[in-house]
Amino acid sequence: MPALSFFSKILPFLLVLSAGKSLADEARQQELRQLIKHDCGSCHGLTLQGGLGPSLTPERLKPFTPEQLAMTIVHGRPGTAMPPWRPFLSDAEAMWLAQGLKTGELP
Amino acid sequence: MRTAFRIATALLWLGVAHAEGPGPRATGDLGIIVEREHGSLQLIETSGNSILAKISGLGDLSHASAVFSRDERFAYVFGRDGGLTKVDMLERKIVGRVVQSGNSIGGAISQDGSLVAVSNYTPGGVKVFDARTLELVADIPAEFAKGKLSKVVGLVDAPGNRFVFSLWDAGEIWVADLSTPAKPVVDKYLDIGRNPYDGIITPDGRYYIAGLFGDDGLALLDLWQPQNGVKRILPGYGKGEEKLPVYKMPHLEGWAMVGGHAYLPAVGRHEVLVVDMSSWQVVKRIPARGQPVFVVGQPSGRHVWVNFAFPDNQYIQVIDTLDQRIVKTLEPGKGVLHLEFEPRGGEVWVSVRDLDQIHVYDTASYERQSLIESRKPSGIFLTPRAHRIGL
Repeated sequence: MPALSFFSKILPFLLVLSAGKSLADEARQQELRQLIKHDCGSCHGLTLQGGLGPSLTPERLKPFTPEQLAMTIVHGRPGTAMPPWRPFLSDAEAMWLAQGLKTGELP
Repeated sequence: MRTAFRIATALLWLGVAHAEGPGPRATGDLGIIVEREHGSLQLIETSGNSILAKISGLGDLSHASAVFSRDERFAYVFGRDGGLTKVDMLERKIVGRVVQSGNSIGGAISQDGSLVAVSNYTPGGVKVFDARTLELVADIPAEFAKGKLSKVVGLVDAPGNRFVFSLWDAGEIWVADLSTPAKPVVDKYLDIGRNPYDGIITPDGRYYIAGLFGDDGLALLDLWQPQNGVKRILPGYGKGEEKLPVYKMPHLEGWAMVGGHAYLPAVGRHEVLVVDMSSWQVVKRIPARGQPVFVVGQPSGRHVWVNFAFPDNQYIQVIDTLDQRIVKTLEPGKGVLHLEFEPRGGEVWVSVRDLDQIHVYDTASYERQSLIESRKPSGIFLTPRAHRIGL
């Protein structure tokens, strides 16, 4: 992913910076759960077992760091059907989603 | 007091009688609503707009769809988890269920009603079942290169007990003839374009059209003249324009076809396309509130109703086909996932996922006639689909 290498270098710093503001807001967390289940789920499956897009189970996500996953969520994957979710998510929120997916706490 | 009780009892009785009627029940005004998150269905009737029963135990119903038996008694429900469930709408219960793959996307019923086909993502291919017993009749792996299976999308029935479908990973359209069910004959059309995401057959059974995610335009196969092969239509459409990110793939099912024009969703654009069905050229691009998902013609053909992908999925817009412009915008609430017209078009049923509601609108006045509680509803399927090619 050479095109993304710049982002992969700076994103962790951005995320650390924004992670200070944790997602204390219960209502927003609820929205994000809804987003994962129903909007991500429209391609990845309601239970994230996969569909048109790959499965997003902790097992399948093992090779990726939370930073990489957050970056994929935010920027999408050019050349595939995965769109960038930047307009709807902050970096901290993408990181929260990435961690939740990796641990299996989400959806 | 006693009189009041008597009146109440009488009203109750009348209510039941109205909903059920005396004697045997027919199924022409029945339908099902998918409660995607709860693996359940609501059995509905459209004469009085009520729920008759709830049927549970259908597995993962995200992106579930259904077809009906030719007698309109049974629904075959295709779940995401590979489950194929047969529901008896008169007995109001599940009468058969097989988990036939790891991950599936949709299905179809054959012209003669004897076969039900399911399209699968994992393992990629189509499996065909006996509609009566749900026994496996034929297995058609979508192997496009040695050891490589493609996800299958856009599965429809076609006249002659055929099924037509598209291969997402391979960019192919296959036509499987199941005249001899155990020995399917498959015709393959290669290089039809990258990443077909869905397919539709015109109501006369003549044209199969696949939408392409990875290429401009759509792939068209004339089933009356299959020897002419697949041709690309609308190839120049949107060339040189940046596509928007797509947060939900459009569905082609339900395409409105009116007065020689087809109304279809533009991928990655806030537009409904109007296409001349003789020249297959775009004659108009109608700007819309968001990226269309379903573009469904009201049965009379006068109006076309459109819903949208995230983040605009709280809206519905209505197009007047006379002058091809938007005449109404409704805002039922977040997560409008599907709409289904009653067969004569007087009312339309709309699922509003995030409100946990079904809204039924009068199509002339746009007034809401009924509000029905439903848990995370998605697809709505009414039994008249039983008699339509491709549904």
